[in-house]
Amino acid sequence: MMADFDEIIDALVERDQARLSELVETKLAQGIPAGDILNKGLIAGMDIIGEKMESEELFIPEVMKAAKIMGAMVGRLKPLLTDEDTGVSGKVVIGTVKGDLHDIGKNLVVMMLQSAGFKVFDVGVDVSPDKFVDALIANDADLLGLSALLTTTTEMMRQTVSAVAESGLRNRVKIMIGGAPVTGEFSEEIGADAYAPDAGSAVRVAKSLLS
Amino acid sequence: MFHIIGERINTSRKKVREAVDGRDAAYIQADVIRQQEAGASYIDINAGARIGHEREDMQWLMEVVQEVSTVPLCLDSPDPDILATAYDRVKMPPMINSISLEKNRFETMRAFLRGKDCHVVALCMDDSGMPKNSQDIFERAKKLVEGLEETGIGRSAIFIDPMAQPVSVDTQNGVMAFEAVEKIMSDLPGVHTIAGISNASYGLPERKMINRTYLGLMMAHGLDAAVLDPLDRKIMSVVYTADMLLGKDEFCDNYLSRVRSGIIIA
Repeated sequence: MMADFDEIIDALVERDQARLSELVETKLAQGIPAGDILNKGLIAGMDIIGEKMESEELFIPEVMKAAKIMGAMVGRLKPLLTDEDTGVSGKVVIGTVKGDLHDIGKNLVVMMLQSAGFKVFDVGVDVSPDKFVDALIANDADLLGLSALLTTTTEMMRQTVSAVAESGLRNRVKIMIGGAPVTGEFSEEIGADAYAPDAGSAVRVAKSLLS
Repeated sequence: MFHIIGERINTSRKKVREAVDGRDAAYIQADVIRQQEAGASYIDINAGARIGHEREDMQWLMEVVQEVSTVPLCLDSPDPDILATAYDRVKMPPMINSISLEKNRFETMRAFLRGKDCHVVALCMDDSGMPKNSQDIFERAKKLVEGLEETGIGRSAIFIDPMAQPVSVDTQNGVMAFEAVEKIMSDLPGVHTIAGISNASYGLPERKMINRTYLGLMMAHGLDAAVLDPLDRKIMSVVYTADMLLGKDEFCDNYLSRVRSGIIIA
């Protein structure tokens, strides 16, 4: 049976929790696999929300509301999901570099990546290059996300990229960076793979790096 | 009196960065003169955006700005070393922007400030990051004031920044800052409070509307200094109008004369 997830996608994009909840229950009652509801409905909806955030049709509070609703739905589906259903997009280690304590932007990216089906290991703020490398190894990650808000700590991004190279992981791990003082030019200069200007585009960039 | 720190000389602004890159002194000086005429009580200089050039850019900017400035500078860098070099070149006692409770910054800055004649912006930031509630902000403010007083910096020279956080990520962030400012001004008498008014509006559209309203509300809770663009006539109109509404403008003299001279616009 072909299942149509357009209504679920629409209800999530419109941030209508009551309607979404009803639609999800109907699908489950019809015997549609929870993994399909998650990946073809909810995650597809969050992808659209990410795009709308990037184009400034939706703003941070609306995206946070959508992510919260999405979280509630994932909670409902969780007992029905298998390991193959979750974390399908990839495994990401993310944090703010050493010397920098800012976490608002990083937390938004974490929220969006989780909603987009990534398994996210958030290592926090003020994270040393060695600690990033350890987390990449411990979690067998495919992608590293580095955040910095201060011009003085962007240099620490360069050192973190170097540390990943020295650890021998560089051919297995893609690196994306972001934060107010960061640019695409700087990303190239320090040998990262990509720069994302906001949390919406971070998902798009992460997916394209791992595809 | 409300203190206005003019924020325009910042290399993260494209035109300033280009002027600094091309060593265009005339552009910088014209901007500084306009900020002074518009009511800036300090001229902020931030040379941090051209990575690797902060020291030389700061020195060049200070030289060029001080040829025309009639108000003190606000030396703006997260790097204590840059601030120390900059301090040696000021012509008037400056404002130092900034000290925080972060371990590596607090003691270095305290050592540097000892015996200096200056005002200080003190950020309510410590090694655990941004403050979590208004009581947390107040505790940090208290530690900053005690630590600075111990080095000989008087209360009236301290400008506490409660670290406004975006309302977009938590709708209680505005209230948190208002409560903190009120408590700091009442329980640490003599100290000033300062805010960068554009942080609160991050992530939302029509930011200037939020900035203006936020500034008025912060002033109602006691804020007496702000880092802003004095050439933004609408935000300056809020400063003067709020001053009047808060009972600081006898017979509305300042408000009326500014309306007549076209400074205040609705």
